[in-house]
Amino acid sequence: MKEILGDLETWRRQGKKIAIARVVDIEGSGPRLPGAAMAVNEDGQVAGSVSGGCVEGAVVVESLECLKTGERKIVTFGYSDDEAFAVGLTCGGTIHLFLEPLDW
Amino acid sequence: MSDPSNANGDSLFEILRAEIAAQTPVALATIVEADLDEIQRQQPGAPTTGAKLLLRPDFEPLGTLGNADLDRVVQRDGLGELAAGTSGIRHYGPNGEARQEELGVFIESFAPPPQMLIFGAVDFTAALSRVAKVLGYVVTVCDARPVFATTQRFPHADHVVVDWPHRLLEKVGDDLGPRDAICVLTHDPKFDVPAVIGALKTEAGYIGAMGSRRTTQDRNRRLSEEGVNEADLATVMAPIGLDLGARTPEETAISICAEIIAKRSGRAAPSLAQTSGDIHAR
Repeated sequence: MKEILGDLETWRRQGKKIAIARVVDIEGSGPRLPGAAMAVNEDGQVAGSVSGGCVEGAVVVESLECLKTGERKIVTFGYSDDEAFAVGLTCGGTIHLFLEPLDW
Repeated sequence: MSDPSNANGDSLFEILRAEIAAQTPVALATIVEADLDEIQRQQPGAPTTGAKLLLRPDFEPLGTLGNADLDRVVQRDGLGELAAGTSGIRHYGPNGEARQEELGVFIESFAPPPQMLIFGAVDFTAALSRVAKVLGYVVTVCDARPVFATTQRFPHADHVVVDWPHRLLEKVGDDLGPRDAICVLTHDPKFDVPAVIGALKTEAGYIGAMGSRRTTQDRNRRLSEEGVNEADLATVMAPIGLDLGARTPEETAISICAEIIAKRSGRAAPSLAQTSGDIHAR
């Protein structure tokens, strides 16, 4: 989360609603370790990343949903290495993200 | 969930951000899974998803996970994760029971950056300090010769110290841990023998010393004469670096940093194309 603190602070000062997705667990060959984070604000602006670019698009959709509902939850993206190759993903493995609004 | 948590009414996020900016060690524990049954959920102060506890060594924790016993156990475990610089999920019961699984608590450590001490103000040092900065190290360059140990020559280093290596180690050695590295590039026995002896007294995770095979043999002989035992000698990576065929100071810097990473992860560092199996440890 360290690398997105600057963006988070800027958005907070602008009064934007923000959702954070943090990698909390990985299985297999995940490119980013637990603690990697990305944030999405109510305007759909994005900071940080949680994978090698594989799942960020889906995380934006989940994050905007999280901003609407305020729901905190774990979202899992899992691919076998073969499936990852088939859809052009670099990572393989499975990542578990914790999604929540930044209201704390 | 907004929970002003200190005297100034700053939010937990605000405190966390300030501590990280000040490079103070801090960990954030968050309940990310709460698989409680109806009765457990009805209990007063039942842990809820998203509840947070901010942990700092030598301070009372801020916030709460909902339950004092749970807070106490997570504080103990969280400070352990912070000391190791690791982050991950731990499972507990609703009152912090270690053998139960109802709660998943994500502990994220924000440890200060690792340190690299480089002894010897040579061309290799300039290149190594640059590459070490890319990897996030706080870099200290140390050489006893004031003409060479200057910030002009080592603009990438965080600190440039004019002193004997072993004297610097007497001052800062106790602060070094498994994530830190000491690189002895002097290849002058008068400096590097006491530097390596001083380095071996620290808990640094990596100690390497530069020099040819002959220099290395000669240094090992001198170190043995000074009473360094075989086991300690074997932990010193010398000649320093992976066998990449590096020639320039920059290439050598890459080979040293690659060796530091390989040593930390316990890998032999061949090309992935020539190995099979998992790329990352499971």
